[in-house]
Amino acid sequence: MSLRRPYKNQPEKFEFNSDSLKAAQLIIEKYPKGKQQSAVMALLYIAQKQNDNWIPLAAMKYIAKFLSMPYIKVYEVATFYTMYNLAPVGKYFVQVCTTTPCMIRGAYNLVEACKEKISENENELSKNKECSWMEVECLGACVNAPMLQINDDYYEDLDKEKTLKILDEILSGKKPKPGSYRGRLNNEPENNRKTLLDVKNA
Amino acid sequence: MLKDQDRIFKNLYNDKGSDVESSKQRGDWVGTKDLIQKGREWIINEIKSSELRGRGGAGFPTGLKWSFAPKELNSRPHYLVINADESEPGTCKDRDILRFEPHKLIEGCLIAAYAVQAHVCYIYVRGEYLIDGQKLQTAIDEAYEKRLIGNNACNTGWNLDIYIHYGAGAYICGEETALLESIEGKKGQPRLKPPFPALIGLYGCPTIINNVETIAVVPTILKRGAKWFATLGKEKNTGTKIFCISGNVNKPCNVEEEMSISLKELIEVHAGGVVGGWDNLQAVIPGGSSMPLIPKKICETLRMDFDSLVNEKSGLGTAGIVVINKDQDIIKCMARIARFYKHESCGQCTPCREGSGWMWRILERMAKGEASRDEVDMLSDVTHQIAGHTICAFGEGSSWPVQGLLRHFKKEIEKRNNFNPTFGSDKKIPYLVDQHLLEKKDA
Repeated sequence: MSLRRPYKNQPEKFEFNSDSLKAAQLIIEKYPKGKQQSAVMALLYIAQKQNDNWIPLAAMKYIAKFLSMPYIKVYEVATFYTMYNLAPVGKYFVQVCTTTPCMIRGAYNLVEACKEKISENENELSKNKECSWMEVECLGACVNAPMLQINDDYYEDLDKEKTLKILDEILSGKKPKPGSYRGRLNNEPENNRKTLLDVKNA
Repeated sequence: MLKDQDRIFKNLYNDKGSDVESSKQRGDWVGTKDLIQKGREWIINEIKSSELRGRGGAGFPTGLKWSFAPKELNSRPHYLVINADESEPGTCKDRDILRFEPHKLIEGCLIAAYAVQAHVCYIYVRGEYLIDGQKLQTAIDEAYEKRLIGNNACNTGWNLDIYIHYGAGAYICGEETALLESIEGKKGQPRLKPPFPALIGLYGCPTIINNVETIAVVPTILKRGAKWFATLGKEKNTGTKIFCISGNVNKPCNVEEEMSISLKELIEVHAGGVVGGWDNLQAVIPGGSSMPLIPKKICETLRMDFDSLVNEKSGLGTAGIVVINKDQDIIKCMARIARFYKHESCGQCTPCREGSGWMWRILERMAKGEASRDEVDMLSDVTHQIAGHTICAFGEGSSWPVQGLLRHFKKEIEKRNNFNPTFGSDKKIPYLVDQHLLEKKDA
């Protein structure tokens, strides 16, 4: 199990803005009447998005009231799932996959790049307070290893040099193009395609 | 090699685009109404005789699973849940279906929902696949717009609503009952079985849960006939399968191939061979990280299907093949997998919560050569105390890879960790009861 603690300096108040409210209502409609608790995961995402990529305790209390469920149940969910950030992670949150399939293709070179460019330690904000990084477990893009995720986007087929470049762009406020960085088409075997050639050439 | 015309996922690499029109050209949504009008029994029997087995890891016969849904619809609604919480290290096939073949999945959802009498279908997509989930949502919106799903879907008189529910980074939610808990808005801790979800599942209602790939192949099976599907592969291990080949190969890729293809062909032909040549191969994890690894000797002749791999004391799992060559430290590789399981244990059952940490710590020390000779047996003992003593299969999933390592690479471990703690060594072993004896030099 992973250890997860709420941040020390908590804001006192949290409320959904009008966009968030609209999104929340749409999500609650997906579930049967009386089962609005199902929406808690999606609502936590909305809160996280609204609050600069992390969830304060006030937001959990707000969501609990919003869905008429006990606060502790929301707290349980928020601390159980690892994608809810309980402390500020910056505007750009870099997650490097280091599980075995990525590791044996050199994921720790990517970690080094993050240490050089962002911060010496995991979960530590960069100097401009805009970026942080952490090692995560399998992100499910194993044939594109090594890879990392920045906010919602996957950056695949990387090495240290390419990672340094991507991080440079991010730190200067640009958004690099997601996808493969060796220029291959999705998950096809690079220059070695033996299947579906008719479809490709049609 | 499988002929291209027998491949189900023709847009696996997104040559053609995943929108509804190009999907229709590839045969999706063609004759869906006719299939549904042949009736529930016909659909279930056809899937049974195609011998389709679940593609999510356990390999349970899909037709049989569907037949467990109550025949009569009473006051409790039925649900169909699609498991797209793909998190097994080495596996990335469902992601390609979500983003490039979403209409195969949606059409499959309609047919399956009709077969098990569900009007609502939830697709549980792992949180990290947000972008891919958005692509799936676009496809769902298209399908609503063309009246392929929704009220009177495809003019069949059947109503079906499909919703996406995003996970939030918990591997355990790929376990079916944990997934249901998660949809209900709780933390994802598995439930005891029985009762099985087919009778008491989501919100206490009958629920059928299938993997993305399983559902996505259903329409093609029904269109081309169960016989066609059953002729591919071998008996009880029929059809095609998307293999993900990652790790130390020259051209890592996803490829759809016939079941029971030889592992060597997959690696040499499709994935461009092992880095450093076939002789540089050390071991292969054949079916996602929870399946025990297979040493090179067996890889020569291994065929990739459920039963052949069980004979080698491993399993096909999700068919995520991780190739490890001799440049890698095999103990370190397994220690990293053990760390994955330690991180992902849900914490509900003690043997798993505590044992996964034990396994990780022992393996880490073994990789450094700091463990003692008798800890090899202790590690084996720990794995056996986890497997079979937990609510869900995570216990097996976390201990099998370690058991595989011990089975095939015991010599390697012993060579590296060959000291005896009872004779004059001051190595500290934190959990040894008579630690105080060790601390005295003259003990």
